[in-house]
Amino acid sequence: MRRMTSFNVVSLTMGFAFLYIPMLILVIYSFNASKLVTVWGGFSTKWYGELLQNEAFLDAAWVTIKVGLISSTIATILGTMAAFVLVRSGRFFGRTLFSGMIYAPLVMPEVITGLSLLLLFISIGLPRGVTTIVLAHATFSMCYVSVVVSSRMASFDRSLEEAAYDLGCTGWDAFKSVTLPIIAPAVISGWLLAFTLSLDDLVIASFTAGPASTTLPIKIFSSVRLGVSPEINALSTIIIAIVTVGVITASITSKRAIVKKQREEQMADT
Amino acid sequence: MPSDYASGFAPWEDADATPLISFDGVTKRFGGFTAIDNIDLQIYPKEFFALLGPSGCGKTTLMRMLGGFEDVTEGRITIDGLNMAGIPANKRAVNMMFQSYALFPHLSVADNIAFGLKRSDMPKSEIQGRVDEMLRLVQLQKFAKRKPHQISGGQRQRVALARALAKAPKLLLLDEPLGALDKKLRQETQFELMDIQEKTGTTFVIVTHDQEEAMTVASRIAVMDNGLLKQVDTPDRVYESPNSVYVADFIGDVNIITGTASEVLENTQLIWAEGATPITGMTGSRVVQGEPASFVIRPEKVSISKDEPQAANKVEGKVIDIAYLGNMSTYHVALANGVIVKSQTANNRRIARRDITWEDPVWLSWTDTAGLVLRD
Repeated sequence: MRRMTSFNVVSLTMGFAFLYIPMLILVIYSFNASKLVTVWGGFSTKWYGELLQNEAFLDAAWVTIKVGLISSTIATILGTMAAFVLVRSGRFFGRTLFSGMIYAPLVMPEVITGLSLLLLFISIGLPRGVTTIVLAHATFSMCYVSVVVSSRMASFDRSLEEAAYDLGCTGWDAFKSVTLPIIAPAVISGWLLAFTLSLDDLVIASFTAGPASTTLPIKIFSSVRLGVSPEINALSTIIIAIVTVGVITASITSKRAIVKKQREEQMADT
Repeated sequence: MPSDYASGFAPWEDADATPLISFDGVTKRFGGFTAIDNIDLQIYPKEFFALLGPSGCGKTTLMRMLGGFEDVTEGRITIDGLNMAGIPANKRAVNMMFQSYALFPHLSVADNIAFGLKRSDMPKSEIQGRVDEMLRLVQLQKFAKRKPHQISGGQRQRVALARALAKAPKLLLLDEPLGALDKKLRQETQFELMDIQEKTGTTFVIVTHDQEEAMTVASRIAVMDNGLLKQVDTPDRVYESPNSVYVADFIGDVNIITGTASEVLENTQLIWAEGATPITGMTGSRVVQGEPASFVIRPEKVSISKDEPQAANKVEGKVIDIAYLGNMSTYHVALANGVIVKSQTANNRRIARRDITWEDPVWLSWTDTAGLVLRD
């Protein structure tokens, strides 16, 4: 191991401090016994207990998870289909336009997406609620899925599918038993991306949510406007913990899989 | 050479033999580009047929049309008497071994081999037996449970072969099957392929750009260029009696001397340089008296000596280059008019022929029947 220069040590410390000190403060204050958010009153876990009693937060959490699961699944199916068509169907009239249009929502300001969806739902008379949030989230996260999946599709060896046909598969059978298992990692990460985007979306959800369907980000945002409560800190800490565990598990698993595969390939060639 | 062939396997010479595959006036166009140009070709059961040519000559397209991956623009392909127009790849009694092997990475070796069987009308109880049989055929019993990335390149090639043969197709297509292997393994595998072809009695059509490979494995070779069949013949005839300068030049090493044909009889005299004695060679196809023609001769049929030999054809020249390849040496000899002729000698004794060296004046000679005169 090479020793780091003092310049590198400083920049590393600064960078990580910049990223993590705000979160660290939030986590520390979630264990604050005092009701005043900015004054330390000793260690306590009482806010976690109170959080579990708070029906409004629990409802909002449930709505968020429901919306996330349904919308990301819809987005994954549609996004995979779009990626398939864009990568596979070769040149057709308007292909460039289509592929440009599928990426456009990535750079579109959320406010505009939210507003246009709101106008659409009002004009077709769809009452705002969980359904409209699901539709809205599926709409904007679909393009993220299609970006992830189409990059995998581009490097997919077409002869694998031809081999499947050659061995007697029909089109759907070939997709189900050869293509899908091979692109599965991309589809899964597309789904996870869509789920995460849905979980932390505030802007589009506030345009499309109804009075009875508040998602967690909306709930947190509106209660913070009335003053930060230690309960919010506790809730945020739980979310941070879930995300951290998820990310660490995912990276360890994939790292192990890569190392295992490399070792096996080396053994196979000797 | 397959033993069938040695014992007189030559259905293409039998007027009563029924071909397995028949191309009738087959043309394939991609937009304005003609990939296959009006081809007629018959391939017979149990043949090991090689499609040989440089890249872009149409050999892969021809094979993909047999497999059902490309449709025919004009003409007709029949396999076993059945017109293949409109029959998709999954409905043909034809299997293909892909250049990249196209093994399914998420399935084990055994599951890869069973993949086609599970989609056939074979009863479930028989599938395992058939998979075991195929694993034995390619000697991979020990690797049945491994995934494709856990085995070596040569083993992957054998899995691909076993998978393509599992459904006992009437016809097996092999697209550059040995291209990814190193030279030594490739040579071993060529003999394995021939062995398996003989054991299973399947008709093989192989696409390759490697002429040595085609010569080794095939019962007949089709030499292709620009969507046309230049010559379809047994390896020895393609090598010894090429019907055009293109084929002579594409297969193996060759000396080409251009000139004008005079006296076209069984042998042809070729006037090739002012004042020099004409060269005599066997008359090839389409040579016309008084027209330009080329004399082609393989370097190993040209003898080299320091003293003037007694031979039907002899020319004088100077050694300008010697390529020592271990088992043989090739001498590049410049003739008086600047034409360079190669002569190849087997080094069947250690340090043989060391008496000839650079800049030496030498005589090249060959018999009347060693070379061919062909129309350009």
